[in-house]
Order: sequence, then C-alpha cells, then structure tokens
Amino acid sequence: MTDLPRNQHIFASGLIAAVGVSIAYISFTQEPADAFIFPRLISSVFAVLAIWTFGKAILGRTKVGNGISYDAMRNMLPGLIVAIIYVYWAAKAFGFYTATAIAFFILLSLYDPSPHSELKSWGKRLLITAGFIAVMYGLFAQLLNVFTPQEIFF
Amino acid sequence: MEFLYYMGDVFTPINFGLLLLGTIGGLILGATPGLSPTMAVALLIPFTFKLEPQQGLILLGAAYTSTVAGGAVSAILLKIPGAPANIATTLDGHTMATKGEGAKALQLSFIASAIGGLFGVFLLIFLTPVLAQWALAFGPSHLFWLAILGVTVIGTLDSSSVVKGLLSGCIGLWLATIGFDDIMGAQRFIFHPAVSGGINVIPALIGLFAIPQVITMFTKGRRNDDAEVINVKKHPIRLAFVEVFKRKTALAIGTITGSIIGLIPGVGGQIAGLVAYDQSKKFSKESDKFGTGHSEGVIAAESANNAMVGPSLVPLLTLSIPGSPTAAVLLGGLLIHGIFPGPDLFMNYPQVAWTFIDSMLIGQLLMCIFGLYIAGLAASVARVPHAVMAAIVLGLAVFGSYSVQNSMGDVYVMATLGLGMYFLERFGFSAAPLVLGLILGPIAEANFIQGSMIANATVGKATYFFTGWLNWLLILIVSASIAYSVWMEIMARRYTTKDDAVAKEEALS
Repeated sequence: MTDLPRNQHIFASGLIAAVGVSIAYISFTQEPADAFIFPRLISSVFAVLAIWTFGKAILGRTKVGNGISYDAMRNMLPGLIVAIIYVYWAAKAFGFYTATAIAFFILLSLYDPSPHSELKSWGKRLLITAGFIAVMYGLFAQLLNVFTPQEIFF
Repeated sequence: MEFLYYMGDVFTPINFGLLLLGTIGGLILGATPGLSPTMAVALLIPFTFKLEPQQGLILLGAAYTSTVAGGAVSAILLKIPGAPANIATTLDGHTMATKGEGAKALQLSFIASAIGGLFGVFLLIFLTPVLAQWALAFGPSHLFWLAILGVTVIGTLDSSSVVKGLLSGCIGLWLATIGFDDIMGAQRFIFHPAVSGGINVIPALIGLFAIPQVITMFTKGRRNDDAEVINVKKHPIRLAFVEVFKRKTALAIGTITGSIIGLIPGVGGQIAGLVAYDQSKKFSKESDKFGTGHSEGVIAAESANNAMVGPSLVPLLTLSIPGSPTAAVLLGGLLIHGIFPGPDLFMNYPQVAWTFIDSMLIGQLLMCIFGLYIAGLAASVARVPHAVMAAIVLGLAVFGSYSVQNSMGDVYVMATLGLGMYFLERFGFSAAPLVLGLILGPIAEANFIQGSMIANATVGKATYFFTGWLNWLLILIVSASIAYSVWMEIMARRYTTKDDAVAKEEALS
C-alpha cells in the first residue's frame, strides 16, 4: 500500500472512530437512560469495531479500499462543488427548476468530452438541458403535483 | 393456489400499463452501465406515491426484474455489464457477439432469464405462505435476532472485510435511532433540524445508492469512453428456443443455483451468475469451450441472475427482513403506502401481495418478449455519455427525495448520506449492510424493548433472549455467518497477494 491510501485510511478510520466514540459517550451520558438502551448496545459495538479498524489503519494492515487517487480527486472536485452548491443552497434560493437547469448545464459543460471550441457542442448541451428540465417539469410539477420551493423562477 | 385468484388484477388497464412501462423502462435502465437495479428502483419510488399500493409495487417489481435482465444487453453488445450481476454474461456473450452471433446471444440470454425468473417466482409463490405461517409463531426475541441476523449476514457476506461490513451495519443501526424515541419521546442524536423527525428511509436509499454513482462518474473526468456497439445479424428465435432446451444441464444448474443463492440473505445476484457459470463449466461435456463464445455460459449466467429475483423476496414478504439491497428498496416502496410486510401480509393485504407476485410472473414473460425487440434501442441508450447520466441521476435524486414529504431536509439528508457513502465505499465499506441497518434498526429496537419488558416481568433478559431453540438457531446462524466470513477472509489473504487485492478492488470499483 502506498502512502496516499495509507494516510487516507488513517484519516478516514480515525474520523469514524471519533464518531463511534462520540456516539457511545452521548448514549451513556444522556438521560432518560431508558431511551438510550438500544443506542448503548449499538454504539458499544460501533465504537469497538471503529477503534479496531483505526488500529489496523495505523499499523498499515488495511486490506480493502483503495482510497481516492489524485486524478480522481482532481476530476471529481469541480462536479462535487457544483453539486454541493446546487443541493445545499441554489435549489432553495433560485427555485428547483432554475437551479437544476443551471447545475445540469454546468455539469454537462464540465464533463462532456465534446470540444468546448465548437458551437455545435454548446447547442447540444443547451438542448439536452432544456429537454431534461421539460421532462422533470412534466413529471414532478404536472404529473405528481410536487410543489417545489420557488417553482421555476427566482 | 391463491395466486391464481388474483391473476386477473394484473390485467386491468392501469396495472398492465404500469407492468409494461416498468418492464420496458427497466430493460433500458438495466442496459445502462452505472445504473444498478437497486439504484433504478430507488429512483423510481417517488413516482409511485400517487399510485395505489399494488400499482406502485407492480412498477417497482417489473423494474427490478427487467433491470437485472437488461444488464445483459450491454454485457453482450458493449462488453460492459449493465450491473455486477451480468459480469459472467460478458465472458461468453460478448465473444459470441464479436463472432457475429450477437442476436443469438441476446435471444438465449432473455429466454434463459425468463425461464430462470419464472422458476424463481414460482418458488416465491409456494414458499412464502408456508414460511409466513411458520413466522406467525415468532415472538419479540426472535424478531430481534432476525433483524440482527439480517444486518450481520449482509454485513459479513456482502463485504470484502468482515469488520467493515459489521461496522457499516452498526452505522445504519445508529442512523435508525436518530430522532424521537417512540416510548419515552426523548430526543436522540438530533444535531440538525433536518433530522428531528428521524431519517426518512426513501431519501436515504436514494442518496446511498445514487449519489456515490454520480460522484464515481465525476471521477472519470472528460474522458470519452464510448464503447463500440456490435451490430447484430438476424437469428431465428425458434432456433434460440431449441438451443436453450438442448442445453438443459446449463439451464438447470443456472436456475437452481440462482434460486438457492436468492434465498440466502445478503448473497444476491452479484455472485449468482458467476457461481452458476463456474458450476455449469464444471459439469459441462464441453467445458473447454467456455469463454470462447459458448451458449451454455450465457444460459447458465442469465438463468441464475433472474432465478434469484423471486427467492430474494421471500425473507422480505414473510419476515419483513429484506434479503438484498433491492429488496430493502422495495420495502421502502411498501412502507410509503403504510404497508408493513411480515407474516400477516397475506392476511391483511392479500390483494396487494398476490397481485404483486403475479405481476412478477407475467413480467418475466413480457421481459422476454420485449427484451428481444428493444435490445438494439437499449444498447444505444447504454452509450449515453457519463456526463449526461451523472447530471440526470443527480437531478432525479434531488427531485425524488424532495417529493417524499415536500421537505428540503430530506434533500439534505439524501445528499449528506450519499456523499458520506461515496467516501466510505472508497475505504472498503459497503452500502448494503448500512441500508439494512437503517431499515431493520427500528424493528430490532422495538422488539428489543418489547422483549425486555416481557423479560423483566417474567424470566429475566438473559433467559428470554438467549434460551429456546429458535433463539439458539438464530444466534447460531449469526455466529456462523461471522465465523465463515472471517475464515474466508483469512484464507483469501493467505492465497492472495496485496497486488491481487488492489487489482480486485479496482475492478470492483
């Protein structure tokens, strides 16, 4: 195992161990105790297994999971940022359909292999985006009557 | 023979229309690499809200059946399995296609899928009522152990690492405790208003299965990975039927292996095709032809894939324990209509249960008929660029999770769990035990509390939960599944170098 996955494994399993121990601590200290009987049972096993995994990661004995390569990180980051902004902020602020159209178009532009220099590629992306939004509007707004925040416009 | 009584309900215009829609849509979705059957069914759940329970289940059941079979199209014509279940089909199916026998391979795969699938659904029909009667005798302690069994079996058998599999199950069980405690009304782990009512299963399922796929597509960057679709020449379907029945041994091995594997919770279709292919090769008189475009390879793999669909629903419909991630998603589809499966499902909702099962029976035949005609279209859809697919899945996930309760909180839960699951998967954790933990957590807790109350008033907790032959049997199965998986992991490490393990991980991811 190279240093990259090993360090990543230590970080990831350390984080999970921290969550496990925190949950166990909360379960055993919160009141009323009767409401936390089952969480205590679960969190004890959770904490033990998480610490075990963390220990194995520190000793470099983790056998499964390749972590994330630099290439994968570099490729996913722009899309991930767009997706996070879309889900956690833009969908509510701009309206579902407007935000979805913008996010969809940006994601297509970021990951579509067609050359950015050709006007035809941009036209194709716009058409696909418009088609997708029309289908989503037909399905959710018209067929399922789902009232989304802000609907189409700001 | 109660299933015959409800058969007519499948043929009402709306029900049959939904069955057709689910079958054709499922075939196309199944052929699309990156869209697993579980994810396809999870994304479809929001579209069932407005439907009657049996209509929703017909749509989901048809999609489940045909996505498994549809995966063969891209496996044969593009050498890209539509789902992990179709890996074994690629071995001989694609070689047949390159030799100009693509149409024959597709015909064999759909006919074998339909035969295997029909056998599996008949097993579901005849086993379910028997097991349901037996399950009526289960008390809280047994149901508690059954829920734990569901999580541990999937956690240990479905994961590359036993510890990480069990840890995933624990994370799921913990997530299920978030919200207000049912008995005391106390707040538990509410660290954000979005989870004050607990974690809704549907957005969680959509997030856990769809978002990791979206991020995985992002990691491919702007790479153009267009695969070449092999053109198919016409092949008389009559000859395909003759060929399937001539290869009786491969068909029987595939069907029986798939059915048995389907009955074991957690094992599922991923390995059914591979095990059937391997067994068929061992028993074949022409074993040297396997891998060179031999029809037996396609027949064994595809009959096994679909034979496991019916039996994989037996634990869900009788014990309310989903035996696979897709069954867990179907459970979500039942829960949104206020139907909780279990031993009394066939008494309280016979129409829903039997119409659903009957629709799967008819769905197998429709899948065979339409599969043969729309294979070409499905293969074209399979070439949709991953950039488009990622954006579509993300949009559907956001709209789908919002529409569950018209709540932005559900969208945040979906995205957060999905994001977390992607990173967990990269470090060897698996979504299946986490989902099972999330779904079975409330069952385990409710029965644990109920059992504790009975125990405190009678024989004490230790005696109540740890004595009696059924408790012992369930504890034995839990222990055996963990011991078996630990043993297999040790043996695999002994014979596998680190490089092999890394290569296997890369192939799986």
